[in-house]
Amino acid sequence: MALAKRIIPCLDVDAGRVVKGVQFVDIRDAGDPVEVAKRYDQQGADELTFLDITATHDNRDTMHHVVEAVASQVFIPLTVGGGIRTVADIRKMLNAGADKVGINSAAVKRPEFVREAAEKFGSQCIVVAIDAKRVSAENEPPRWEIFTHGGRQATGLDAVEWAKKMVAFGAGEILLTSMDKDGTRSGFDLELTRAVSEAVIVPVIASGGVGGLQDLADGILEGHADAVLAASIFHFGQHTVGEAKKKMAEQGIEVRL
Amino acid sequence: MSRIAVIDYGMGNLRSVSKALENVAPDAQVVVSAEAAEIQAASHIVFPGVGAIRDCMSELQSRDLLGLLKQAASEKPFLGICLGMQAMLSFSEENNGVTGLGLFSGQVRYFKQAAAAGLKVPHMGWNQVYQRQAHPLWQGIADTSRFYFVHSYYADPDKTVEIAGESSYAHSFTAALARDNIFAVQFHPEKSQHAGLQLLKNFVQWDGQV
Repeated sequence: MALAKRIIPCLDVDAGRVVKGVQFVDIRDAGDPVEVAKRYDQQGADELTFLDITATHDNRDTMHHVVEAVASQVFIPLTVGGGIRTVADIRKMLNAGADKVGINSAAVKRPEFVREAAEKFGSQCIVVAIDAKRVSAENEPPRWEIFTHGGRQATGLDAVEWAKKMVAFGAGEILLTSMDKDGTRSGFDLELTRAVSEAVIVPVIASGGVGGLQDLADGILEGHADAVLAASIFHFGQHTVGEAKKKMAEQGIEVRL
Repeated sequence: MSRIAVIDYGMGNLRSVSKALENVAPDAQVVVSAEAAEIQAASHIVFPGVGAIRDCMSELQSRDLLGLLKQAASEKPFLGICLGMQAMLSFSEENNGVTGLGLFSGQVRYFKQAAAAGLKVPHMGWNQVYQRQAHPLWQGIADTSRFYFVHSYYADPDKTVEIAGESSYAHSFTAALARDNIFAVQFHPEKSQHAGLQLLKNFVQWDGQV
C-alpha cells in the first residue's frame, strides 16, 4: 500500500460566499464557506483549496475570517490562494489557519518572491499556481503558455519550463489549471498535466475542466497527477467526494476511504 | 486539569495545532508559548514544527529553549510533530548537516530512494501508518489508518525498539517514535481528521506511562 491520490474540492470565495463561474464569468452562489467545507470534510475530502477570486483589500479581511472559521472546525489541510503578494500576506493567512498558500501572479511578476517565501515558511506551504493555455497549432508539438489576471494576460512563459523554475525556487507543490478547459466540464488537459507532472519532482494538482467522475480518474491515470481538484461537480450536489473516491478505487487508484 | 504548552519558536503553523487541541480537549488549557514559566507549569508539551532544520535548531538556541525542552522531555508527556520529531534525533542531513536534540539516537535522512524511483518529494498526502507497538496514543485508532504527511526527510532511529509506527514510501520509514513519556510523529495529527484528532485526544489524556 502506498500514498493515496488526493481529491481536493476547490471553493472560489467572493465577499465571504462560495461562488462558481464558468470560465470566469456567470458566477453562481454555492453557499457559506464553513458549511461547504464541513460537508466536504464529512464526505472525505483530502484537502480543501480556497481561492479568493476578487482579492480586494476589503475582501482580504473577510477571507481571513473565513479561513479562521473553517480551520477551527475542519481538521484537514487548507490551501488559500488569490492575491498573495507579500511575505506578510502569507504570514497572515497561515496565522488564520491556512496550511499552504497558492502564489500565482506575484510569482510571475517577481519569481524571487517564491524563493523568499519558501525560505521563510518552508517549501511545504508554498504552492505555485499556474494558469496555462495551449498556444501551439494543431500540427505542432504541444506547447502551453502562462497566463495571469484570470487568463486575460499572456506572459510569454512556457508552462513546463516555468513549473521547473518554480520548483527550483522552492515551490513544494504545483497547482496546474488549464485555462482552455476551466469551466468547460470536458475533462482535464491531460497532455498538459502529464507534461508538467513528469517534468517536476514535487506533487502536481490537476485543475480545470472536470465534468464527471471519470475525469478525476483520468487526471491520475493518464495525466499522472498526484491530486485532482474540482469545484462545480461537488458544489451543486452532482456528486460527492465519496462517489469520486469509489470510482477511482474501482480503477485501482489508491485513495483514502 | 491538563495544561498543554505548544512550543512557539517561530516555526510553522501553531494555530492549527492549538485549534485541534482545543477541539479535542475543551476543558484543557492550551497555551502557545516559548516562556520558561509556561513550559515548566504545563502538564503536557507539544513540540510542533514545519520548515527547515537549521532554522529550527537556531531558533531553539536563540530562545534558550534547548535545556528547557530536554528537561520537559525527561519528566512529562511530550509530543513531537513533523519537524519537531526530526529535531528530536541526534543528527539531520538536511542543510548540510545539523545536530539535533538527541532525545532519540539516530539520523534524519532525505528521501533519496523515493526520488530515484520517480516518486514525488516531498512525500505529501495521506499514507497508512502501521502501528509497531501497543501504545496509549494509538488507542481507538485502527491499525493502518491514514494520516497526513508532508516532508522530504525522515527519521532513521538507531533503536528499532523505539519505533512506534511505520509507513512506506519507496521503503519503510519511521512514522512514529516512542520512549517512556515521549511520543513523536512524522505526520500531522492536527490535519489528519478523525484519526489525528483521536491521537491528540489520547495525548491530552495520557499520563506519560506506557
